[in-house]
Amino acid sequence: MNVDETDLPGLGRRKDFMTASGRRIGVVELREGQTELIVSTWDDPDTCQASIPLTGDEAATLGNLLGGQHLAMKLTEEHRDVPGIVTRQFSIAPDSPFQNQPMGKACIRTRCGVSIVAIMREGEVLPSPGPDVVLHSGDLLVAVGTQEGLDSAADILRNG
Amino acid sequence: MDPLALTLIELGAVVFCLGLLARLAGRIGMSPIPLYLVGGLAFGAGGVVKLDGMHEFAHLSGEIGVILLLLMLGLEYTAAELFTGLRRSWQAGVLDLVLNFAPGAALAFLLGWGTVGAMVMGGVTYISSSGIAAKVITDLGRLGNRETPVVLSILVFEDLAMAVYLPILTATLAGVSFLGGLTTVGISLAVVTFVLMVALRHGHHVSKAVHSENSEVFLLNLLGAALLVAGVASAMQVSAAVGAFMLGIAISGATAHSATRILEPLRDLFAAIFFVAFGLNTDPSTIPPVLGWALVLAVITAVTKMITGIWAAKRAGIGRAGRFRAGAALIARGEFSIVIAGLAVASGVVPRELAALATAYVLLMAIIGPLAARYVEPLVKAFRPPAQEPARA
Repeated sequence: MNVDETDLPGLGRRKDFMTASGRRIGVVELREGQTELIVSTWDDPDTCQASIPLTGDEAATLGNLLGGQHLAMKLTEEHRDVPGIVTRQFSIAPDSPFQNQPMGKACIRTRCGVSIVAIMREGEVLPSPGPDVVLHSGDLLVAVGTQEGLDSAADILRNG
Repeated sequence: MDPLALTLIELGAVVFCLGLLARLAGRIGMSPIPLYLVGGLAFGAGGVVKLDGMHEFAHLSGEIGVILLLLMLGLEYTAAELFTGLRRSWQAGVLDLVLNFAPGAALAFLLGWGTVGAMVMGGVTYISSSGIAAKVITDLGRLGNRETPVVLSILVFEDLAMAVYLPILTATLAGVSFLGGLTTVGISLAVVTFVLMVALRHGHHVSKAVHSENSEVFLLNLLGAALLVAGVASAMQVSAAVGAFMLGIAISGATAHSATRILEPLRDLFAAIFFVAFGLNTDPSTIPPVLGWALVLAVITAVTKMITGIWAAKRAGIGRAGRFRAGAALIARGEFSIVIAGLAVASGVVPRELAALATAYVLLMAIIGPLAARYVEPLVKAFRPPAQEPARA
């Protein structure tokens, strides 16, 4: 994927690329540190349909959502030949009992046979996280297991 | 009444009125500059209310306002951005200069204001308001648009052109002989080049000298340095404004960003007083006779900026609508046109009508510019020939 970087003298920098559907999508990083999500209109790739200011948290969350979805899709693809195995994403809510706790404390693999294969945090992927990785609110956990196992893992992460 | 009390009351009333005007401008989504000018006209000689007590303060504050405006113009772009801008967009920049300097200069000759008048009016019609343009681009959500870098690089070129133009203007206004003028211009060009080189290679040293984590220390350092450099430049006949501008260019990187943040409120205050002071010194009764010319000039220079933008955007491979958007974003003239006119009026070598013409012109352009930028797109779409409609299932 070719990402175009363009200087906006005095204002910041634009990073965008053309999607297969013919829309330009990307971000403008302003000099003061804010980020704007930009999406071009369908009939004029020069102009923007939306230019949405995002806070740092919002940008990180959006990055997680997009990245997590991508990862889950890939995993699902790989597990297609193994019937009964499903990939699902869990986000750590601010009121989760495991917030700021090492992941091993939830004992998810022992209790429901589910593996956490990756954690998405602030747009970055932590692959194969060990039991001592500390969970934060906003983290997105990518989990692989059976349907029932994943249901009980979701319950554990939410209610302890 | 005690003169001090009178001054305070007048100043308070004026600043308070400016606050109301700025709020009104924000409410209707326009630049506050034309309203400040109108405010100044109302308070000044021959205006509705005559204010004498604050004259001296307004004069000095106006000078500081110019210094801060130019300092922040210098801070706006880093030396590296100036160089890339120059390399990438000099053709558009030269076209911009020729097309937009000519109408003002021609009118000045037509009105018999001579070479000096032409030099000033050319500058007034040439320089777009980077403040208004940046605000329009942000407010209309065009930051991510493809034509935006084109518009910005033309503004960067104008910024550089100012660095060369202001010393020449100052020399012309001081009435130095041709040979003397050439020397002054030579010296200023050498200084400009030197400052740019220093800013590019050793900008961090200059930045380090004024920088401080403590915002109070930082503010005092910055303001002190700006006034000192401006004063020294003024003593060397290179105009205080140019000195401040050069300092702005020399400060770079993170220091420049925090300097912009810290100086903004001060600039807003003193620049507002500068616009009022400019209005104060302009007799409102001199405006109606030049209003016709201002209108003609406004129409012509709106078209010439439009052409500049369209040409530059076309070169950059921007589509039809984007070309018109680029042109319209450049139309607004504002703070720097008034700065140029202010320098000329202060020197006393240009006719009083020039101040009136510049005021009327900027009043028109600061209002027309943002409106044109906003409504050019629906207009272009409305007039688009049906043949160009993309065929879509």
